[in-house]
Amino acid sequence: MTVISVVKDAEARTLTITSRFDAPIGRVWQVWSDPRQLERWWGPPMYPATVMEHDLAPGGTVTYYMTGPDGERHGGWFRVRAADPPRSLELDAGVADADGTPLPGAASAVIRVALSELDGAGTQMIVTAAWASDEAMAEMLATGMEDGMTAAAGQIDELLGPPTQT
Amino acid sequence: MVVGIDATERTDALFHALADPTRRDILAVVLQESHSVSDLARRYPISFAAVHKHVGALERAGLVTKTRHGREQRVSGEVATLRTVHGLLDDLEGLWRGRIDRIEQVLAQPTERAPR
Repeated sequence: MTVISVVKDAEARTLTITSRFDAPIGRVWQVWSDPRQLERWWGPPMYPATVMEHDLAPGGTVTYYMTGPDGERHGGWFRVRAADPPRSLELDAGVADADGTPLPGAASAVIRVALSELDGAGTQMIVTAAWASDEAMAEMLATGMEDGMTAAAGQIDELLGPPTQT
Repeated sequence: MVVGIDATERTDALFHALADPTRRDILAVVLQESHSVSDLARRYPISFAAVHKHVGALERAGLVTKTRHGREQRVSGEVATLRTVHGLLDDLEGLWRGRIDRIEQVLAQPTERAPR
């Protein structure tokens, strides 16, 4: 199984997802560092991504747009906070207009990526995605919130307990 | 299902409310049991006014409700709203699980560049 753990912390608005790949660390780094590879996995199948600017050096920028089923474009950007190839990457992520021009406002999320070599073969990737309180992200997530409002009641203990682990 | 500015503003208010450690702590306390604002103010080394302000932010986000009991207002946590945050995290999990599946597919295909 590729995903080996998921930790959700509602109060810190953070998702930590750990996965393992049967590939060397340098190869896994390429899915981030090669724009042509990045665009093959970043967007959902109905919203393929097209990466325009792509500079993963610290301070660099990545801009992209995703094309929806009706041809509409949803832009986005990363600002590289830190990068240590092939081990770690820290990005501010935000929403852009269809041309990739960042929309006003702060970053909507911080994404941290940590790659490590596993004993034997293979690479572990830990992605931590944390939301910032930003209107643009809220807009992206508004649908999810509405879904959440109507979701069936869950266990209160689970909500009050420590971060859930599945 | 109508998704509009109301949902956007509410989500924004949720994030804002949960961004502060004191507010998260107040929320955890009142989710267990309702407290008056004065009770809460005694728990923190900050002014009554500051605690009142935090409770206001939580209330605007729908995370707590205030009910009047005689002369005092009691603050209780709203589990249903906190659950919506879990719903957002579930969505984010689904998004990343999809990405990881696709990364695996990308890795399974030969590339022109030699791996490092």
